[in-house]
Amino acid sequence: MIKYETDVAVIGSGAAGLAAAVEVKKAGLGVLILERDRELGGITLQCIHNGFGLKEFNEELTGPEYAQRFINEVHKLQIPYELDTMVIEIKPGTPEKQYKTLIAINKREGVINIQAKAVILAMGCRERPRGAINIPGFRPSGIYTAGQAQRFVNMEGWLPGKTYVILGSGDIGMIMARRLTWEGCKVKAVVEILPYVSGLLRNQVQCLEDYDIPLITNYTVTKIHGANRIKGVTISKVDRNFDRVIGTDKFIECDTLLLSVGLIPENELTFNAGAELSSNNGPIVDNNLETTIEGVFACGNVLQVHDLVDLVTAEAKRAGNYAIDYINNRYGNDTKKNGQIKCIAGENVNYVKPDVINKSDIAKEIIFTFRVRYPDRRVLIQFKDENGVIYKKKKIYVIPSEMIELNLNLEEIGLNKDCKRIEIEVIPRPEVLIEED
Amino acid sequence: MIYDVIIIGGGISGCTIARTLSKYDLKICLLEKEADLASGTTKANSGVVHAGYAAEREYVKRNLCIKGNKMYTQAAEELNFPFKRIGSFVVALEDNQIKTLEEYRKKGTEDGVLGLEIILDQKKILHMEPSLTEEVVGVLHAPSAGIVSPYEMTFALAENAAMNGVKFFRNHKVSKISHSDYTFTVKTKQDEFEGRNVINAAGIYARKISKMVGLDYFDIMPRKGEYILFDRNVLHLNKILFPTPTKISKGILVCPTIHENTFVGPNAQNITDKKDIATTTAGLKEILEGARSLVPNIPERSAIRNFAGLRAVPDTYDFIIDNTDVYGFINVAGILSPGLTSCFAIAEKVESFLELLGEELKIKETYNPFRPKPERFHDFTMEELDQKIKDDPAWGNIICRCETVSEKEIIDSIHSPVGARTVDGVKFRCRPGMGRCQGGFCRPRVIEILSRELNIPYDEVTKRGEDTNFLVGRTKDFILKNMEQGGVED
Repeated sequence: MIKYETDVAVIGSGAAGLAAAVEVKKAGLGVLILERDRELGGITLQCIHNGFGLKEFNEELTGPEYAQRFINEVHKLQIPYELDTMVIEIKPGTPEKQYKTLIAINKREGVINIQAKAVILAMGCRERPRGAINIPGFRPSGIYTAGQAQRFVNMEGWLPGKTYVILGSGDIGMIMARRLTWEGCKVKAVVEILPYVSGLLRNQVQCLEDYDIPLITNYTVTKIHGANRIKGVTISKVDRNFDRVIGTDKFIECDTLLLSVGLIPENELTFNAGAELSSNNGPIVDNNLETTIEGVFACGNVLQVHDLVDLVTAEAKRAGNYAIDYINNRYGNDTKKNGQIKCIAGENVNYVKPDVINKSDIAKEIIFTFRVRYPDRRVLIQFKDENGVIYKKKKIYVIPSEMIELNLNLEEIGLNKDCKRIEIEVIPRPEVLIEED
Repeated sequence: MIYDVIIIGGGISGCTIARTLSKYDLKICLLEKEADLASGTTKANSGVVHAGYAAEREYVKRNLCIKGNKMYTQAAEELNFPFKRIGSFVVALEDNQIKTLEEYRKKGTEDGVLGLEIILDQKKILHMEPSLTEEVVGVLHAPSAGIVSPYEMTFALAENAAMNGVKFFRNHKVSKISHSDYTFTVKTKQDEFEGRNVINAAGIYARKISKMVGLDYFDIMPRKGEYILFDRNVLHLNKILFPTPTKISKGILVCPTIHENTFVGPNAQNITDKKDIATTTAGLKEILEGARSLVPNIPERSAIRNFAGLRAVPDTYDFIIDNTDVYGFINVAGILSPGLTSCFAIAEKVESFLELLGEELKIKETYNPFRPKPERFHDFTMEELDQKIKDDPAWGNIICRCETVSEKEIIDSIHSPVGARTVDGVKFRCRPGMGRCQGGFCRPRVIEILSRELNIPYDEVTKRGEDTNFLVGRTKDFILKNMEQGGVED
């Protein structure tokens, strides 16, 4: 069994893994990237549409171009990486032995044992499959997640079908609606169970409206037809509880159904290693993006699904720096836990990152990221500790597809240092309530 | 060439018969209409090996079930298919149901079902099965009940039969049977097969096959059963859980699978269309509600797949296992539950019919009852794996992340004696795509491996045979063709 030692092991070489690895290497520490696919770049490689890099590079790039900037850095800095390599186990360090152990395998070397002082999790997310949404009907061929179709079309050069219905208006679904139209396919409808689009507004405009692709909201697929290859779907209107409204069934003929019904952070490894997960299926992290396992950090879509790759990069750089700080200042002496403050998702907040804040860090600026559960206008974002509201901010509108980011110094805004929890909520502004009265 | 035995149907019944007869010096072939074995009732089956107390005494299926259950121990050892005797509970939620359980216990014990016991101590019951509802007032515990993967078992049987000389023909739908001079001619689209004996194990199509030789004395109705399968590690069950049955139905069970998933189902709907394996909104709701009465914490959000299968329900409600008036034509029809449990006993019965028909059943010297256990990634220690990868690097390439399936296991499943030819064939043999992402990651890679190993074009790889292709062509081909035809249709 081959054994490697390094300062930081990075699992995954998508946007998150690459940025984190580059950051660590630039600080003079050793780093090793582990990638299960045959090349570096992760899912960005199949995202050949533009719109990447506006924040990071002030340029508009495609996914592969964006990844290549970091891949070039990896080569320039001579960062070692292992391709076609699957990490199958993470073992936390122990008080006697601070090193974390990763067990990985690949075809060339067999089983690999990697000893690392710190680990950065950057495994990304995956798409929710049909089973997760329990659509009744037949189980024919011709049902794909939007990302699978994207891989077939953009990377392998194959068309999964000719006439499509897309269920769910996630970003990949809308982008594929446009992409398939360019390939001469017919996208008959994008069907969304919610009253509004799940993805970004810009994709609704540039991918659906510009191509006259119908978006049908408040509808979902209620039956799949075709015993062999899919022959069509029945869509039905749903009420507020997502129950089907009788008498609203419509049949749409198609040979392919794409699903774009959400992304889930991919945390089997994290969970099996003993890290706790939070309600968004990402690991619980503190304000240093450190999971509940000491020295194991998480960033990118494995932590929370982001809107833009640029935001992934920014988060990954932070994770890289926290790992550097851990190795340089905290490694081997347990100075960490002076108590923690829990961050609770309150009214109209789906989840919050970080999940906990170290009391020793409250004098520092902390980046909070969170999403709302439902769209709203003229709202107030409030942070409360046990004594009451400590921070308010107005926002004109909020929608679930746009992550909210706030940088706050909790000490400066007057947090009670003995509090055990803060709650973040997004509520209608009181004056709006009055206006409506 | 004239076969001694032609078996029609490659489900659990046909394959068990094939394997049982393969020990004799007989020329045997099996014809299956689908692209793979275990494609009908066998595939969408609860996978429960029943103890045998449930059927009424006047039915032949009762004794075959009790006998068949006992035959599993040896078969699982010889054939290396996953099988566990975890035991079952019939759950009483009301005091008056205990009577039913007591009757099962008494008659079952008299008829040779081992270990049946009534447990009334709620604390003890919940200790044995903590997921069970606290409303339980008593259970019938049947320790001899077990779980099995019905399709993996079918493949194991078929592989062993093939090792012992049985020829398997898939994609061979029987269209006509003629007979004269004690010889049957069985026609399929591609070929004609001649044989002296024909065994009809055609599942829900058994009547159709029987009518081909002029025997029309029973009917088979398809009865649909729907299931929901849940992710691993979200609900761990120790026991197979049945509600106390009513006159109408055995009820919805909550059951662990051999691969540590949990499923709920099946319901029972009589239908007319033999191809209707669609799940329904009402059906899925019904089974969830039924399951919740036994296990309140059904992890609905962790569902990974719903599916439905068709039971072959005979108008007699009992197995139709007949040495028929047409000399050499044996019906094995109407094999509804507990057919899976009974299969080895059924095969023995078929064996005795062949003897009556004058076949000389002489055990071959070359007969090997053992089918080697397929090697699995997660059965190895890291040291063993390291060596495995050095011997064959395909062990080091993980194709399915959810179930940790390596490329080597997929290659082996394709090159096994009756190997996989489709993506579903690979999935049902070694599990890529069975996990929580349902093939989201591995499917293109499985297609690639099938294409390479079978030397067929990428786009000719199918999900499960004819008309179930994944891809319709190269990206630019389609647009070019459209342009030739005068532009893309708006």
